[in-house]
Amino acid sequence: MKHIDEYRDASLVKKIVSKIKSEMRDEISLMEVCGGHTWAIQKFGIPAMLPKSIKLLSGPGCPVCVTGRRYIDQAVAYSRLPNVIICTFGDLIRVPGSTSSLNAEKAKGADIRMVYSILDAIELARHNPAKKIIFLGIGFETTVASTAAGMYNAYNTKLENFFLFSAHKIMPPALGALIDEGVKIDGYIAPGHVSAITGAGIYDEVVRKHKVGCVIAGFEAVDILQSVYMLVKQINNKDFGVEIQYRRVVKPEGNTKAQKIINDVFTLRDDWWRGLGTLPKSGLKLSNTYKHLDAENHFDVEVEDTIEEKGCICGDILKGLKKPDDCALFGTVCTNANPVGACMVSHEGACNAYLRFNI
Amino acid sequence: MTTEKILLGHGSGGKMSDELIKNLFIKYFDNPLLNQQTDSALIETSRGLMAFTTDSYVVDPVIFPGGNIGNLAVCGTVNDLSVAGATPEHLSAGFIIEEGLPIDILETIVKSMAEEAMKANVKIVTGDTKVVQKGSCDKIFINTAGIGTLKPEHKPISSGDDIRPGDKIIINGSIADHGMAVMAARNFGSFKSNISSDCAPLNKLIKSVLDSNAHVKFMRDATRGGIAGVFCEIAKKNNTGLEVDESQILVNENVRGMCELLGFDPFYVANEGKLIMVVAPEDADNVIDIMRKNEYGTHAAIIGEITDKHPHKAILNTIVGGKRIIDMLAGEQLPRIC
Repeated sequence: MKHIDEYRDASLVKKIVSKIKSEMRDEISLMEVCGGHTWAIQKFGIPAMLPKSIKLLSGPGCPVCVTGRRYIDQAVAYSRLPNVIICTFGDLIRVPGSTSSLNAEKAKGADIRMVYSILDAIELARHNPAKKIIFLGIGFETTVASTAAGMYNAYNTKLENFFLFSAHKIMPPALGALIDEGVKIDGYIAPGHVSAITGAGIYDEVVRKHKVGCVIAGFEAVDILQSVYMLVKQINNKDFGVEIQYRRVVKPEGNTKAQKIINDVFTLRDDWWRGLGTLPKSGLKLSNTYKHLDAENHFDVEVEDTIEEKGCICGDILKGLKKPDDCALFGTVCTNANPVGACMVSHEGACNAYLRFNI
Repeated sequence: MTTEKILLGHGSGGKMSDELIKNLFIKYFDNPLLNQQTDSALIETSRGLMAFTTDSYVVDPVIFPGGNIGNLAVCGTVNDLSVAGATPEHLSAGFIIEEGLPIDILETIVKSMAEEAMKANVKIVTGDTKVVQKGSCDKIFINTAGIGTLKPEHKPISSGDDIRPGDKIIINGSIADHGMAVMAARNFGSFKSNISSDCAPLNKLIKSVLDSNAHVKFMRDATRGGIAGVFCEIAKKNNTGLEVDESQILVNENVRGMCELLGFDPFYVANEGKLIMVVAPEDADNVIDIMRKNEYGTHAAIIGEITDKHPHKAILNTIVGGKRIIDMLAGEQLPRIC
């Protein structure tokens, strides 16, 4: 398949791996902060190809994983309201809340639909004027852009039965917070699709302040390995900066049109991250203009007290302090069929990817 | 059981289905034949060994590119018997029909069942019809059961007890066509995908291999749960594991494109005309030659090998030269695919 096969070329992969091996000096830790990378790294079997002196850490890049139980509990509460249809991406359906999950509510009769895009949810709202549609908006800058476009559309077409429940977050505050928490990171494999929206500039501060390598990477095997090679060179030469490997998609300035819509539709707020706690100005809620479309504003529900799972170390895993198999629940109590922690639910979650792919 | 209610994932053919079968059906129906958990039960009779199986079909939409719920219901049961090493002979057909279903749709379905049965050389000899109120089922559900005869030397195929390190793993063609054809028909009616289901009766292909006296150790049709499910099942057997090469597994371009776009792993997507066969190494090339002469095996290939290096693990040599495990599907990938 064009535009895919050339980035999965086994002979090219072999060449890059041998170049990485010849450049290696000290042990280094590289962190990928995008769930798409976590998944791709495991799916291609990349850890088995790299020298042992490169430690790959999975960071807080899976949106489902960093979202708190309180969000799920509140979505569950919304799903129990009469005449409400919840629209969500598939992953979120299986995430356990404190005492229930969207999956369990669906089996009990709640109207919960899986959608591929916010536009499907908007279509549903148009066809069901007597129902109230709540879209569960989750994800980083990549999905923020599509949610913003959807909300812009809903606003301009004066849709009155469509609401957003936002768990959207932005990536940069987490990158700095991890290093502040004491995680040893020599370089970031930075998220390609987030950067396609934001541009490369969002990483400048963390690179300057913490002296870490940073390469914006694509999602195919060649992309990831080339990014690792670029990071090894940055680290060896102590020449830290933001480089773009994923040039076929990411422009240094990003997608300025998307940035403008995001800035119109959303405003920053302090937000809670699993493993990192509350980070200032790291979450997104609808701006004043769009306030009437905000589910949190429109619906008044009682949300149960949050109960966190005992023994689950998702927080430390998201910080890269622990590996999934360090967790006592991993693969025994917590499996992809019966996930306990969020990292096991999403296919982008570190625990799910480890259990599915790691030898 | 960790949930109070049945979830869609319990019907996925993956881990959740496994748990449901173990913790509920086997718990209560408990008997030696059932407990073997093979696709067909093998029953000793005065006429010799018989294979007996049943399957229900709930696919949505009922008509899709490359087939419909009718030929699916015939092929599925024919294939379940055939992969046990049996020659399918007689089928039953039970229909649960929703009030209001247009007769011409029903006729299309029944006609294609008859055609498929003719092709597979089986007879539909008994049946049942129930009509339920509108909303009590979705258009039409079909159950088929089937019986077939089995030569005594083919008895071990069903259990896979003869699998040994060095045995070759063979598939008869491309994967994921059925699942993606249904997905395309369901969600992208207006979008011409030209993906067609691989729904096919495999009994003649299997018969030609067995008649060659090749030492076939195990067979399974890779339906729900995809080829990954079959690999995991093989890895559980004896004290062996297996290794397969991603580069040898054919995924048609249009199917691959759709999988990439929608985030499906073709290894987990359902097939309705594909089987995984484990054969003795010395017979592998011959089996490939025989399969390729059959219309449903033109792209047959050796895709891997049984190994004693990592017992109970299915390992994939990835297309880029990495290694990883293949795990069973957890939860639902795509409901109502067959």
